[in-house]
Amino acid sequence: MSRVLIVAEHLSGRLNRNATAKCVSAARALSPEEVAVAVLAAEPGPIAEEAARIEGVDRVLTVSRPENAHPLGQVLAPQIVELAAGYHYVFGPATTFGKDLMPCVAALLGVPQVSDLMAVLGPRRFKRPIYAGNAILTVEVPEGIPVVATVRIASWPAAGTRVESAPIEAREVAVELPAHTRFVELRQGKSDRPDLQSATRVVSGGRALGSAENFQIIYRLADKLGAAVGASRAAVDAGYAPNDLQVGQTGKIIAPELYIAVGISGAIQHLTGIKDAGTIVAINKDPEAPIFEIADIGLVGDLFKVLPELEAALG
Amino acid sequence: MKILVAYKRVVDYNVRIQVKPDGSGVVTEGVKLSANPFDEIALEEALRLRERGLASEVVVATIAPADAAAHLRNGLAMGANRAIHVVADRSLEPLAAARVLLELVRREQPGIVLLGKQAIDDDCNQTGQMLAALWGRPQATFASKVEVEGGWARVTREVDAGLEVLEVELPCVITTDLRLNEPRFIKLPEIMKAKTKPLQTLALADLGLELGPELKVLHYEPPSKRQKGIMVKDAAELVAALRARGLL
Repeated sequence: MSRVLIVAEHLSGRLNRNATAKCVSAARALSPEEVAVAVLAAEPGPIAEEAARIEGVDRVLTVSRPENAHPLGQVLAPQIVELAAGYHYVFGPATTFGKDLMPCVAALLGVPQVSDLMAVLGPRRFKRPIYAGNAILTVEVPEGIPVVATVRIASWPAAGTRVESAPIEAREVAVELPAHTRFVELRQGKSDRPDLQSATRVVSGGRALGSAENFQIIYRLADKLGAAVGASRAAVDAGYAPNDLQVGQTGKIIAPELYIAVGISGAIQHLTGIKDAGTIVAINKDPEAPIFEIADIGLVGDLFKVLPELEAALG
Repeated sequence: MKILVAYKRVVDYNVRIQVKPDGSGVVTEGVKLSANPFDEIALEEALRLRERGLASEVVVATIAPADAAAHLRNGLAMGANRAIHVVADRSLEPLAAARVLLELVRREQPGIVLLGKQAIDDDCNQTGQMLAALWGRPQATFASKVEVEGGWARVTREVDAGLEVLEVELPCVITTDLRLNEPRFIKLPEIMKAKTKPLQTLALADLGLELGPELKVLHYEPPSKRQKGIMVKDAAELVAALRARGLL
């Protein structure tokens, strides 16, 4: 039997529930004896309470230190190594948070890391994508060492919520933390819309939008559908949309139930970011656009004509 | 200040990757190899720091088979002062690569180690972070802007929530994201000049390093394909199709 420790991601006092709950699903696929979530924060209280109500979580460990106010990989890693004693698996989400942090944990433990874990085939056997998802690799972690992995968010369902809470235990971690890194600021694109990474519906715009002003029709359609807004790399590079909306291999890899690609031709790097979506809709005036090869529903037409009609048809 | 740039050779990003029918790997025979695009950005950033007078020397390093010397010459032609080739007959996983880079750090004493955030072959996104952890020095990953002043680097990072700004004390590790810069093209005279620049060769075995445990690679397979979809002719049909699937 085995024990799994999951590192919780959080921001501004809130748990990144989606990423954490998906790590829990990946952990549960191992049929472990225990799944614990580690919350390292300046004030872990409310974050830990939310983590404790994720179905499948057996306990929550908190470490409260002022140095944990911001997610700095080299500050968090030595604390996680301490907490990981007695655990056979240490998982984190394959978000920029987890990608920054988990290799530090692996290096301090002196073990390899499985990046972007997408399937569990056995206690130490996993699948992960390489070459931008154009090949899938099966790897095995050698016996006798802890398994450190980042969990590919798009590959796992989020574990549910339950009423009763798992026990929350405060831990003291007696390690000296480095002072070589100063957090300056986080500049966030302000939005009332759903978060791109966890939204069930996403509407994305591409280069065919032609300008930042024209891109507003993507926001309008998204609002009508209660969807998050995404953009292709071409649209971001052209300045039509901010970079944190970028969907694709070099942006966010997402798996909404419904993905609507508007004026996106479908470069490989974009398709890599959406191929786990439930239903892909493509609207493009070029019938030869590669996006139609993976779309479930395709519509060939001028987006500036189709989108107003679509808005009207949605009522 | 010296800057060490990790400069990996990978299958060119334009190559359509094909998995071998027996699942033993991807086809690399006769396939174009190039510098990892993120490492090229790292090298470009190092050169710009040198051109601004913030660094005195740029050293490119790779861990690769003997035939990768030409790859390092490209790095020299781009503008690196010298190159280090750690000759290994197989590709190393990130932990082993980080241990080799740490040994180069010990020998070279750079103020900054610049690397791509990930190599586009294994997509691991680990080596820079592992090096920083083993070295006990700060890291700034996914950099989209780098400023150096007074023994510190101020780095803007592309994170999921937006742009994060960190200040890290030198020496440090910085990994590059796509928008940090656009690498320069190599000019012919530079290629000629690169032939005379120093290129040091070290045999991996001679470094006497414990490379650590590695993952066992069992199998490669192509990704599962999506089913071919349907075409609709207008917005009304699209809405009907979405309703039929229970998506509206």
